[in-house]
Amino acid sequence: MDILQITILGVLASILYILVKEVQPSLAFLIILITGIVIFFSIIQQVQLIFETIRKLGDQANVQGLYLTTILKIIGISYIAEIGAHLTKDAGLNSVSKYIELAGKIFILLLAVPIITAVIEAIIGFIPNV
Amino acid sequence: MFVDALILFQIAGIGIIVALIHTILKQMGKEEIAQFATLIGFILVLLIVVNGLSDLFQQIRSVFLF
Repeated sequence: MDILQITILGVLASILYILVKEVQPSLAFLIILITGIVIFFSIIQQVQLIFETIRKLGDQANVQGLYLTTILKIIGISYIAEIGAHLTKDAGLNSVSKYIELAGKIFILLLAVPIITAVIEAIIGFIPNV
Repeated sequence: MFVDALILFQIAGIGIIVALIHTILKQMGKEEIAQFATLIGFILVLLIVVNGLSDLFQQIRSVFLF
């Protein structure tokens, strides 16, 4: 989707939100939700193209598949956590959105553990045995 | 992408019509039926939104190699 179309969609969604909020507050929140879904859906298809390029370049540069997969998974987790956090913040649940962000950080750290281990092992390998 | 803008209009339309039905039923003095109309409208919209959310998460899962 073009950037102009996304912007117009956002403006349209805000107009409809203001219109519906007066009569049905719960449906107005669902309008916000579906707008986020639509915009993200259009973005994710472009992200797929970028990721295919990154994976191809990684294969050409002989980067180990584990590292690339980990990085892509980390990016995915951060996107999902951000969607959830923003949605809950819009609904007025600030503390829940903070918890979602915290969960995202923890899972990213968990995924990064093999890479951190590899780095530390490499550093230990450099240190000469006394 | 016109389909996606259509979803937005659909939800807003359902919301306005349900509010209208609610008001009319309330004027007629049928409070419980008005509540049920609101509830059913909400469930209809929730169905649309949850379908979209499930599609989005499937797409994310396929893109990010989960």
